[in-house]
Amino acid sequence: MKHLPTASKTVAMLLCATLLVACSSNDTNDAEEEARLKAEQEAAEAARLELEAANAREAASAEELVILEEAAASHGTVFYFEYDSATLTPAALDALNAHIALLHRNTVAVRLEGHTDERGTREYNLALGERRANSVRDYMIANGISGLRIETVSLGEERPVAYGAGDSNWAQNRRVELVKQ
Amino acid sequence: MKRLHIFLFTVAMGLMATTARAELTIEITQGSDDPASIAVVPFAWQGNGAPPADIAEIVDSDLARSGQFAPVARVDMLGRPTTETDIFYRDWRAINAEYLLIGRASGVNPVRVDYELYDVLRQTRILTGSQSGPPSEVRMVAHRVADAVYEKLTGVPGAFATKLLYITVDRQDGGGGLSRLTLSDSDGASPVVLLKSGEPLLTPTWSPDARHIAYVSFESGRPAIYRQELATGKRQQLTNFKGLNSSPAWSPDGRSMAMVLSKGGNPDIYLMDLASGQLKQLTRHYAIDTEPTWMPDGNAILFTSDRGGKPQIYRYDLRTGATDRVTFEGSYNARPRISQDGRSMVMVHRQEGRFHIALQDLVTNRVQILTQTDLDESPSIAPNGSMVLYATKQAGRGILAAVAVDGAAKFSLPARQGDVREPAWSPYLYR
Repeated sequence: MKHLPTASKTVAMLLCATLLVACSSNDTNDAEEEARLKAEQEAAEAARLELEAANAREAASAEELVILEEAAASHGTVFYFEYDSATLTPAALDALNAHIALLHRNTVAVRLEGHTDERGTREYNLALGERRANSVRDYMIANGISGLRIETVSLGEERPVAYGAGDSNWAQNRRVELVKQ
Repeated sequence: MKRLHIFLFTVAMGLMATTARAELTIEITQGSDDPASIAVVPFAWQGNGAPPADIAEIVDSDLARSGQFAPVARVDMLGRPTTETDIFYRDWRAINAEYLLIGRASGVNPVRVDYELYDVLRQTRILTGSQSGPPSEVRMVAHRVADAVYEKLTGVPGAFATKLLYITVDRQDGGGGLSRLTLSDSDGASPVVLLKSGEPLLTPTWSPDARHIAYVSFESGRPAIYRQELATGKRQQLTNFKGLNSSPAWSPDGRSMAMVLSKGGNPDIYLMDLASGQLKQLTRHYAIDTEPTWMPDGNAILFTSDRGGKPQIYRYDLRTGATDRVTFEGSYNARPRISQDGRSMVMVHRQEGRFHIALQDLVTNRVQILTQTDLDESPSIAPNGSMVLYATKQAGRGILAAVAVDGAAKFSLPARQGDVREPAWSPYLYR
């Protein structure tokens, strides 16, 4: 401190001056108090608005979830395929996208059951059913759903929905069913 | 999928009730053009009480079912000889019978059957024989008589004293339905249910010594391969891998089993050593490889693959590891089965959108379509190579049917209930 005696004195004097000014006036004290209360009120108002906004967001989110659930439900849980094909059709993709949007919002595990129509041999159809289930699984994984949440199984032509020949029956049987676990 | 109750029936092949009502009945739908006429005279019963079975009737229907024989109706017989001294050849020439079979059954346990076969035109005895067995197996004794007669007259061993495996499914609204795996005689008689399950059962197959069977069961909710001993009903789960576990096929030496597993990401053919359980992967292709079956010499496996875009049959050489395409005719050829002589392959073949059973000569590669019905599948060839049993649809229901390998004779085995499918003809049970 030897080298800065003048500077130290100056700082001390300035501090004294400031304190004297502050303590010597009642008017200025009231103004301070007013400002403080106003700030407090503003903070409370901001917190209230923030809470309201959060509640609104949550409400919107719940509403959005309902919309997603309804969209998924409207598409059903069955995705249909063309004959001897495991390629996802545009209708199947629409339905799948709706389910994927919902799966992003929950932690549900799903089982994908692949099926075929009765044409062709049973063992080949067992393999074809697996290929269909895998198509759906791969699309889900590519769209961000963890493979750990998905189980696949093929039932080939063993579990038809519609008995009988003809494409109206066969088309109903060429499918992958999504079952929530 | 909920795990449902599995009922396991322990079965002693020797204890099968002879009076069990056949689930399948036989209707001959087409005979061959020039069948040999044979008179099977009712056999004499030399025991006490009622005879255990109508031996002649069983032999008669076996021969008729082959399509190669036209048995004489009993009402047309002018005499009923049971010993050589009672035979009047003119009675049989008068009704154009070319051959005459007579015989006698005796004994309680075992039941013994003695028989003689005569050439009516030459007026000579051409076969003398006897068969015996416990009363519970009297139908099998009769089938062995038919086997001997068939072999004498055609030069090919008979395959009547053999068994069948098949699957029956009772339909249920909303899917599902009870599946039963059944063992019966080759004519559908004496059916015994080996396994019942609320989940699918598939691809029953025989071990080469006919002591074991294997099949695919979904009883755990996923497909798995099981092996079952027929005499005891004891069974063992052979595989439980992720994905497909299917299409079991025993090697001719009985030591290993070819199968389809998709644990590598897609269905490939694997070989399991049955003693050690060790696996060896045979095919490696992103396509579907399935439905393996063995060449009788054990040196190659034929299988279905869509590696060329459509399902076709390929041959994997176990010595070189080379794979060659076998079928070229048509856009769908699948599920091969090979005759014991290694010469003929039967398969499912699509023609103009319809699925038929076809036979391909493996030497000339000529393909002959054997059936005219649609949705024909699961061909299984008799151990003597004479007939092919397969599954088809009749009035919307699954039934079994058979066709001679020359396409000439046909018969069907409609079931009393349910859909019947996936017949598997046993190997020879004696010889």
